[in-house]
Order: sequence, then C-alpha cells, then structure tokens
Amino acid sequence: MIEVKDVYYTYPNGFTALRGVNLTIRKGECVAIMGENGAGKTTLVKHFNGLLKPTRGTVIVDGVETKDASVAQLSRKVGLVFQNPDHQFFSETVEEEVAFALRNFGFPEDEVERRVEKVLKRMGLLGYRKSSPFSLSGGEKKRLAIASIVVFEPEYLVLDEPTIGQDYIQKVEIRRVIDSYLETGRTVVIVTHDLEFVVDLRPRVVLMSRGRIIADGKAEEILSDSKLMDDASLLLPQMTELAYKLGNPKIPRTILDENDMLEVVKPLLKHRGGWRS
Amino acid sequence: MMRVFEGLRFRRIPSPVHELDPRSKAVYVAVVSILSIVYSDPLVLTVLLIIQIPLVYAAKVVRFWLNSLRGSTFLAVFIFAVNLLTSYLYMGGFTLEGLLTATAMTLRFILLMGVFSLFFLTTTPEDLSLALEKLRIPYDICFAFTAAMRFVPDIALEAQSIMDAQKSRGLELERGGFIERIRKTLPILVPLFIRSFQRSLELAEAMESRAYGAIEKRTSLYELKMSKNDYVFMILSIILLTATLLIKPP
Repeated sequence: MIEVKDVYYTYPNGFTALRGVNLTIRKGECVAIMGENGAGKTTLVKHFNGLLKPTRGTVIVDGVETKDASVAQLSRKVGLVFQNPDHQFFSETVEEEVAFALRNFGFPEDEVERRVEKVLKRMGLLGYRKSSPFSLSGGEKKRLAIASIVVFEPEYLVLDEPTIGQDYIQKVEIRRVIDSYLETGRTVVIVTHDLEFVVDLRPRVVLMSRGRIIADGKAEEILSDSKLMDDASLLLPQMTELAYKLGNPKIPRTILDENDMLEVVKPLLKHRGGWRS
Repeated sequence: MMRVFEGLRFRRIPSPVHELDPRSKAVYVAVVSILSIVYSDPLVLTVLLIIQIPLVYAAKVVRFWLNSLRGSTFLAVFIFAVNLLTSYLYMGGFTLEGLLTATAMTLRFILLMGVFSLFFLTTTPEDLSLALEKLRIPYDICFAFTAAMRFVPDIALEAQSIMDAQKSRGLELERGGFIERIRKTLPILVPLFIRSFQRSLELAEAMESRAYGAIEKRTSLYELKMSKNDYVFMILSIILLTATLLIKPP
C-alpha cells in the first residue's frame, strides 16, 4: 500500500507543486492520475520511490516512510518508468540495458539471464537483444524502457506518460503489458493525458489540478463529470459528449465509449422497430 | 553542482549593473582576472574580493551570487587541500609559506568564480552575442557561444532527469569507493552526451529551416551603445588596475 498523507512539495526554485495531497493506493489496483500540465502528477509519483521527499507530510510505502529509506530500496518496490527513454539508455546492447537494474539490485547472474530473456520475449524485443538501444524505433525504445523496470518485477509499476508519441499498435502493446502486470496481482499507476487510453483501461481515476487532488473514483464517475473534467482542463470523452448533447433521459451520461453507447441505444432502437442487425 | 549552473544564469532584474554595456563589464572582468593571476598575496586577493561586494549589491543578485560561491565550495576546498599537500611534500612539512600559497590559490579561484558569476548574472546572452559581434568575432562563433550559454540550464535539468531515471533503476551514486563511483557516472554521462548531440542536431535543423546564414551580413534591431556610466565604469576599472600595480608591484 502506498499512503500519501497531507503532502506538500516545494521545489528549490520556490514553486509549490503539491499542496496537501492525500491518496492511498492499494495492492492490485490500477490507477490513472490525470490533470493539466503542471498539475503535479509527475511530482507526486516521484514521491512514491523517494526521488522527492515531501516538504511537509508523509509518504509511506508498505509501512516504510520514504524519508527513512534510500531511492534504491524504494525502487525495488516501486518501479518508475520515465517519460523519455533517451534519459536512461547507456548500454551497448539491449540486453545489457535490461540487466542494469537487476545487477544493481544484486540478482545472481543466472537469474539475470533468465529474467532478461523472459522480459525481452514478452516485450517483443528478443530479436534486438544484441542491438544498440539507440538503434531502436520510438515505440521499441518505449517498450525497452518499460522492460528495464518490469524485469525486476516491482510490486508497484508506475508509468509516466506511457502512450505519448505512440501509435495505435504500440498502445495496444503497452496495454497488454499493463494487463499482464495486473493479472499477477501487482499494482499499476499511470500518469497520462491520453483520455482514449484511460477510457479503454477503465482504471480508478485520480484527477489533479494545481497541486491538489480534485477527484478520485471510478473512471465512469469521474470522466463523465463535465464540471470536474473542466476543472482539470480535460475534454470529455467523445461518447460522453454525445450523450450530453443527445439530452435524452434514457441515455445516461456515464457513457464513456462506443460499447457503452451501443448497449443503451440498441434496445431503444429495437423498441421502435428501427433496429436491424 | 547545480548551484554553480544557477549562479551563471542571467537574471532579469533592473539594476545599474545590468544596464552597463557588456563590453565595459568585460573590461572590469579582465582587470580583476589579470590582478588575481598576477598577485599571489592573500591580502591583495582579499581586498579584490571585498571590492566585488558593493557591485554585487548594486546588481541586486546577492542571493544568486552567494549560491554560486557556495556551489563551488567543494572545488575550493579541493584546491586548498591539494596545494597544501604539494607544499607539504615539497618542503617536507607544513610551513607558513605553504599555507599562504594554498590560501592564495583558493582565494584566486573564489575571486574568478565570483567575478564571472557577476558578469553572467547581469548580462543577457543576447547582449553578450552583440558584444562579441562588435569585437569582430564571426557570427557563427558568437552564436555557438551564446547557444552554449543558453543551453546550460537545460542540460542541468536534463542531467537531473537522467539521474532520477538511473536511481529508479537502483543506481546508488553515493555508495562505493573512488573508482566505483567514477564507474557509476557512466550511466549518467552517456545519455547526457547523446542527448546533447541530438539536441545540437535538432538545433541545426531548426536554424536551417529558419534560413540561418541566408544573408552574408546580419543587421540587428537592437544596437549596443556605450553610455556615460560605461565610460566611468571602464575608467574606474583601469584605475583599479594601475593603482594596484603602482601601490604594490607584484
């Protein structure tokens, strides 16, 4: 469990990025943190593995206060995948890059080999194991960055903007990784602006604005609330927008995607005898 | 380390020192640099350091200036220790002379750091480029210089992100012996260099797409002009140089 209690954070330049954040993330949850640029999303997740320590308040990861632990100790539990893969690659080969964290955490060499092979296979990167990380495409780099964290199987996987600049096929791949991670009973937290991706994933949604959490709940409740979404400078999902515009009492506004819409509209059309399929 | 970068970044604050022409400030920086290299007397160097203080006050950059000095403490201590150690090895023991030399070397470093910090804190990169052009330095070189200055804070930020990313993969920079620590800087330095190369390529493309070098002779909207204050400041700087040399010949 990650417990964030009344956390304030002020950067050395004087900018206060978090103003009294309270949040509890339980094991096995899938959480999406959303909000405008500069809302404090990345600052918040950097507290999870102790890269940043709160100016005020506490962050507790599985009973350990982050102030009392090193980033390395916390990273073993909370794996943080950064937005820009170019900020981490330095090895000559893809497999060395993936093995880096394992070696830092002192895994035995045969285990390192076994895990590297397994994760590269799962990420569809096995063919590139001897290639340079810099020779990969944008999507492959992203997957390699994720692989380099997933390989040590942290209890909590935190992805900062995993879908940014990725095409549809890459997004499906990333989604697959998230799903298989959740299946093992572990926790996934994503920081994102990608509404489509969140609508599809249906996680618990935490909305942030100006350093505060302004809403926290099921995707259906949060993403369809026009007032909240407006406060967080986000657009409503297209289908929700449509439901609003239809203004029909029989069409609820908690609709997020085309499947929700279909479910509601199909019986209505059938009822009028206008449905053929 | 970050503090040193911060101490070299321009701050837009209205002050008489900011308004001075970069050329007259450069004369001052040159005078202080020459004096600090010519003299190895801790007394002279201390006096020179004290002379900086009213200027820093006038420029309203005390906080940033002190920060850059604080950021260079490590190097200052290092310089002091190395000098003391070499004098110890040469003389076969600690002597007053050795101590004075080590103090002078350290003061010299602090003085140079201070005067350059003051210059960069109060001079915009654009003004600097204009001043270099006035000195007939080819524009390509001026541009490269100002671009380098301009990217220092960006690179510092990037270094921070890279460190964060590697620490998140279990890299412990604080642990291990000397050699071990040097080896551990590789995961930071490699991405930093690669990003810097990428950035310069991107910059080159962006410049070309905005017709960089399309005309031989550039004109500028804003021209540097020496004011009365500039002449006064330059004359005072030269008086400082000659007076010091006359009163206490090295």
